[in-house]
Amino acid sequence: MVAPIVQYKNVRKAFGDVEVLRGINLDITPGEKVALIGPSGSGKTTIIRLLMTLEEPSSGVIEVNGENLWQMKKGNKTFPADEKHLRAIRGDIGMVFQHFNLFPHMTILENCMLAPTIVKKKEKATVRATALEMLDKVGLADKVDLYPSQLSGGQKQRVAMARALMMKPKVMLFDEVTSALDPELVGEVLEVIRDLAKSGEMAMILVTHEMDFALDIADRVLFLNEGVIEEEGHPEEILVNPKSERLQEFLSRFTSSR
Amino acid sequence: MGSIADISLVLLSGLKITLIVLILSIIFSTLIALIAGLSRVSNNWLVSGFTGFYVEIFRGTSLIVQLFWFSYALPGLFNIHLGSDVWVAVLAISLNYGAYMSEIVRGAIQSVPAGQTEASIALNFTGFQRMRYIILPQAIRMMLPEYGNYIIQILKATSLVSLIGLTDLLYYGNIYRSTHLSEAPTVYILILAVYFLLALPLILLTRKMEKVAKKGVVHG
Amino acid sequence: MTWSWDVFFNVIPLIFKGLWITLGLTIACYAFAMVFGFFWVFMSRIPWKPVNWLFRWLAEFIRSTPPLVQLFFIYYAWPSIPVIGVALNPFAAAILGLGLHFSTYTSEVYRSGIESVEKGQWEAATALNLSTKQKWLHIILPQAIPPTIPMLGNYLIIMFKEVPLASTIGVVAMLHIANDYGAQYYKFVEPLTVVALFFLLLSYPSALLIRKLEKKYNRRFDKRTATL
Repeated sequence: MVAPIVQYKNVRKAFGDVEVLRGINLDITPGEKVALIGPSGSGKTTIIRLLMTLEEPSSGVIEVNGENLWQMKKGNKTFPADEKHLRAIRGDIGMVFQHFNLFPHMTILENCMLAPTIVKKKEKATVRATALEMLDKVGLADKVDLYPSQLSGGQKQRVAMARALMMKPKVMLFDEVTSALDPELVGEVLEVIRDLAKSGEMAMILVTHEMDFALDIADRVLFLNEGVIEEEGHPEEILVNPKSERLQEFLSRFTSSR
Repeated sequence: MGSIADISLVLLSGLKITLIVLILSIIFSTLIALIAGLSRVSNNWLVSGFTGFYVEIFRGTSLIVQLFWFSYALPGLFNIHLGSDVWVAVLAISLNYGAYMSEIVRGAIQSVPAGQTEASIALNFTGFQRMRYIILPQAIRMMLPEYGNYIIQILKATSLVSLIGLTDLLYYGNIYRSTHLSEAPTVYILILAVYFLLALPLILLTRKMEKVAKKGVVHG
Repeated sequence: MTWSWDVFFNVIPLIFKGLWITLGLTIACYAFAMVFGFFWVFMSRIPWKPVNWLFRWLAEFIRSTPPLVQLFFIYYAWPSIPVIGVALNPFAAAILGLGLHFSTYTSEVYRSGIESVEKGQWEAATALNLSTKQKWLHIILPQAIPPTIPMLGNYLIIMFKEVPLASTIGVVAMLHIANDYGAQYYKFVEPLTVVALFFLLLSYPSALLIRKLEKKYNRRFDKRTATL
């Protein structure tokens, strides 16, 4: 058994009075591809936002490589994590957003080059070569000097992936990356993710509404409902033979709406 | 027509002070606006609270009152002598417009979409890097048109300095008018024309910056 | 020279008298600016380019040159212009000068309000066969005016703080009283502080009110949030 790269231990999260996560336990092994499905408001996005340190859990522990993400030890005492601690761990995690969040004032090449140059302090020429290679891989070699506003949604999302990949994360988070796209642009983005999944060693957590896609690439599918993991297992079991009533209902609603 | 040339010559001797006050005020008010604007978005409530206090005081009272107040209170009450009333004028104008302009700095920083901050965290930037490379470059683009408008306001405000005895454009104009009463219309039209000539490049630049700003804030 | 609380408290009632004049002048100037603002909008909508252009630049000229010089022009220079010259008392000159200056701002506010009404509203009004007057009265203005209320309120506060300029042509309001008192007793800082406090006392709460209004109207009229 390989040690998990990410562990959630009884993680809870409340926004004011609303408890969106009510005790999440989850292990992710290196290289594993996990799909998170569930109705909107079920807390799927919050799970990955906690790992990316965009939100702080109300209670529970999240570990990355065995290290507590949100708490740090000094001597015998534990303290809430400071920025330095978070930054040290965050280096292993990358994220692609629903609304891309590209930097509008930079070309797409600059978008890809900025973090490796200033965060990892790598040499510009090397970074540039890697960025060009990466943008070529996502099919945008001819667009490197354009600004985000000049691209289609699908192209923007591919840039966002290249940008995240530049940091060589061990875990990549995808937050409904096709939800903001026009239907005809979804395919090109899924294609890139599929290639990434096939090539391997990076663990991936995908919050998605694309069931066929989840079935195709995930090693494991988690069904979230009202802040708890209601059902989990191999994609075939979950999507083809759902056990719980709520999952059945969710899946039927889903296929009928398509 | 001879009088237009005469008056222009007289006014020219005041142009220097007007320009000096204008340029110094632009520099200092910009610096104050940046510092105060950044302080107001600070997480430290002491820093943001104190800056808020400064901003409200200077926005809540009138520039002309502040100008008189400084010119009497600095030497009289605090025994501070700045050497020249030029500095009194620059201080009052800069503190006043620095307060106003800090609000556009704050507004622009806060209007950068939250997604930009989130992407910066996901890419593991430090807080400083986030401000320096992501937030400020976008915020500055957004504030340029309003900044341009405020520079024109500062230009207009420099006309007040004659009231505390500085020998600017308007000062020389008033002197000339008091000895050539019938030429008053020419005197003031010429002064207005000089101000407009100074404002014109700013007006055109501001319009251009409006276009740039519209481009810069496209949601990426 | 030291700070004297006696002087400070003595000048409060004196300057309070000037406050009414300052307020009255503010309202008069503002009313002038509100009404005359429509003039610029009207002129910019005349479908003849040269007139358009002339009035646009005239408004730009008035907006971007100092109101103080404009006041001096109206008060000292205008009477000596042949034929059209009229001598005004300081109060009237201040209303005309400051009102005219700020009308170039209110006109911009009106224009932005009108432009904020979507093109589709004009088209829908046309499709429903409304007359030009009906379009303005029932469709355009009811949507154009509410979002401009906070901006117009802001200009009222700005106007209030510009009114002391009138003391330079002899309008005896707060600032003038303070300077007179100073000249008489050589005590400037105390009366000026009182003037500043009066300004702060009135303009800060008003500004808070405007910010509240702004939030309210932004929520109702913010179209940007819909286009992500």
